[in-house]
Amino acid sequence: MNTATQAVDLLPAYLGNHILLSVSAIALGMVISLPVAIASARSRRASGLLLAGASVIQTVPGLALLALFYPALLALSAVTTRQFGFGVPALGFLPALLALTLYAMLPVLRNTIVGLAAVDPAIKTAARAVGMTRPQSLLHVELPLAAPMIMGGIRIAAVWVIGAATLSTPVGQTSLGNYIFTGLQTENWTFVLFGSVAAAMVALIVDRLLALAETGLALHSRLRLAAASTGIAALLAASLYPLAGSADTTVVIGAKNFEEQYILSALIARRLADSGISAKTRSDLGSTIIFRALVAGDVDVYVDYSGTIWANQMHRQDEPGRSAVLNQLTRWLAEKHRVRNLGSLGFENAYALAMRRDRADALGIRTLIDLQTHAAELKIGGDFEFFSRPEWAVLQRTYGLRFALQRSYQPTFMYRALRDGDVDVISAFSSDGRIEQYGLKLLEDPKGALPPYDAVLLVSPQRSHDRRLEAALKPLVGAINLPAMQRANLMVDGDKRTPEEAAIWLAEGMGGLRFGVGREEVRNGRRHQVRQH
Amino acid sequence: MIHFEQVTKAYGGNPAVLRCLNFQVRPGEFVSLIGRSGCGKSTTLSLINRLIEPTSGTIRVDGQDIATTNPVALRRRIGFVFQGIGLFPHLTIAENIGITPRLLGWPAVEIKTRVRELLDLVRLPPTCESRLPRELSGGEQQRIGLARALAARPRIMLMDEPFGALDPLVRDELAADYSVIHRQLRLTTVLVTHDMTEALLLSNKIIVQHAGGIVQIGTPQKLLSAPADEVVAALIESPRRRIGQLTRLLEQGSML
Repeated sequence: MNTATQAVDLLPAYLGNHILLSVSAIALGMVISLPVAIASARSRRASGLLLAGASVIQTVPGLALLALFYPALLALSAVTTRQFGFGVPALGFLPALLALTLYAMLPVLRNTIVGLAAVDPAIKTAARAVGMTRPQSLLHVELPLAAPMIMGGIRIAAVWVIGAATLSTPVGQTSLGNYIFTGLQTENWTFVLFGSVAAAMVALIVDRLLALAETGLALHSRLRLAAASTGIAALLAASLYPLAGSADTTVVIGAKNFEEQYILSALIARRLADSGISAKTRSDLGSTIIFRALVAGDVDVYVDYSGTIWANQMHRQDEPGRSAVLNQLTRWLAEKHRVRNLGSLGFENAYALAMRRDRADALGIRTLIDLQTHAAELKIGGDFEFFSRPEWAVLQRTYGLRFALQRSYQPTFMYRALRDGDVDVISAFSSDGRIEQYGLKLLEDPKGALPPYDAVLLVSPQRSHDRRLEAALKPLVGAINLPAMQRANLMVDGDKRTPEEAAIWLAEGMGGLRFGVGREEVRNGRRHQVRQH
Repeated sequence: MIHFEQVTKAYGGNPAVLRCLNFQVRPGEFVSLIGRSGCGKSTTLSLINRLIEPTSGTIRVDGQDIATTNPVALRRRIGFVFQGIGLFPHLTIAENIGITPRLLGWPAVEIKTRVRELLDLVRLPPTCESRLPRELSGGEQQRIGLARALAARPRIMLMDEPFGALDPLVRDELAADYSVIHRQLRLTTVLVTHDMTEALLLSNKIIVQHAGGIVQIGTPQKLLSAPADEVVAALIESPRRRIGQLTRLLEQGSML
């Protein structure tokens, strides 16, 4: 299946969710903004304050605004759970809706206030003189006269919201942004382009429909108004169609924002489908968000890495050895969060510093100790998370690493930057196919500063005793070794295959027949590769 | 019909714009309020239908203190015509004319008949019903403004320089038409104007206002023969001088 066909296949679900989210946000934004604007329009001071507040919200970057709603809703959920015995979902539709609603508010507020203020005072006096009450004047005179201006505001809000809705993917809301985020990650530019063009098209169509309504209002053309409302209604109906029949019992599979996670979530989805369990996937979640989502039950199953939880959630900086980490982690997850660790998949995806082989050889760098002497002249690149993770602090402290410059990249571009010489060292992932592809050298960690990163299959508290789910997922435990995972990753990164295709390839080889390598061998292999005890 | 007793209006802590106004308008009278710009004549007019509230004093309409009436109901039984015309630009001519009856809850059929009647009264063709105000000329628009004010059959008409913005020919024509309507419908009219000729020709009582107070109340003849002070004299002087100039011109014409 080529990527264009695949993109088209995904369109109904992505587009439907995108439109539903955007329209809801625009509608909610209007429902809040219009009365507030009308109420404050008479007072210069109130409307000034309101506009200032809305402008401040507008300056918050869209992605940050969306991300901020996650912890806010999580805190709210904790309160409602304690007080009323039910929580609110902190991931997915709700945070996306609230953030986009805030975005939609400013243009509607501003244009309503300005539109009402621009109504000729003589006309307002005339409305009083003919015997209109204040609400009648507003309804029959001021609002109709301000309507073209208000519609203009709604149009701006619509275009903004439809554009910004692509950013809702990382908080777990499916949208046209899924094409963009996934495409960016897997270097699938067809996907990125497809998502961008689709979002732009939706914005354009909605804008034209609203423009039609606007001129309809200005010219009192019932025909134009009818055409515009029919168009909008059709768009809404089309968006609702693919959403029909998604039940509450659906298992939610989580995925972080890189290839391996897409492949593994696709693999899990296949396993569940084979067992007749309905499931949906939320991709592109940040590693802290995804863990919280699992604890809160917004995500039911995903693959994490032992070291990530060890350092980020358990706040441990020691390194007692691979099996000890796994044992303590499993116990901590169960006791602290009632999260179940179904087991290790069989490979590690460790954070490791990597250099181009030629550059490392030229400088004579083999281990992180060697790196220390050269660090001051070298530039380091990391993924968005890396420099804020505790592992980085431990690495810096243990080896006294001080680089000339540090930069954050989206992972795909991080590897590119290393290849092109923009940076000298990167925070690589040991199971990444690009390590082979780009001829990279993983630097050894002789002091054991970095914890092990076994891929572990985690299940949310409310699904932890689901026998069917367990039965469906159990065959994955111990079934994927490092070469297999690297090969699957490379299929996506290098061969431009889809994560689903890589997942199928993994599924077919499961049971060790194709890989022909035992778990023990792999573990030793990686130890040599990265840490060399 | 309209009584002003010791009416004063001041904004905030500023000196009063109207001081101790006392006058009355009898049923069927055509009263002009005249004075220079800023003398308070438009404010006086707006007090009558409570577009503006007095600071102190009592205003009675039909014997009732208007402070105790519902202002919206009061406005619906008093016609008001503006200099700025103030037609609703988004409503058709028929909708503009029928607005007060509609607010009063008249049946649609009755409103329709009334609109036809009024268009006829202000001498406009029934075909303009479905048009928007901007499609009409200034004079036609003011005729609609007049029709709208008359729609709910008010007994009192308040007119704030209604002919001021029109060109002289249209203005004379409309003033003459209104004069007829005033008599025909037995209306009580209060007209604000700064044009003494207009006041002299249209009204049977003139109230001259200056600096927030009233300097003279009288018939046109009284004002012409016995102006109370130099303010009134100055106002009278302008039409007088023009009559003199015109007469001389006409005499020269007949001699040729």
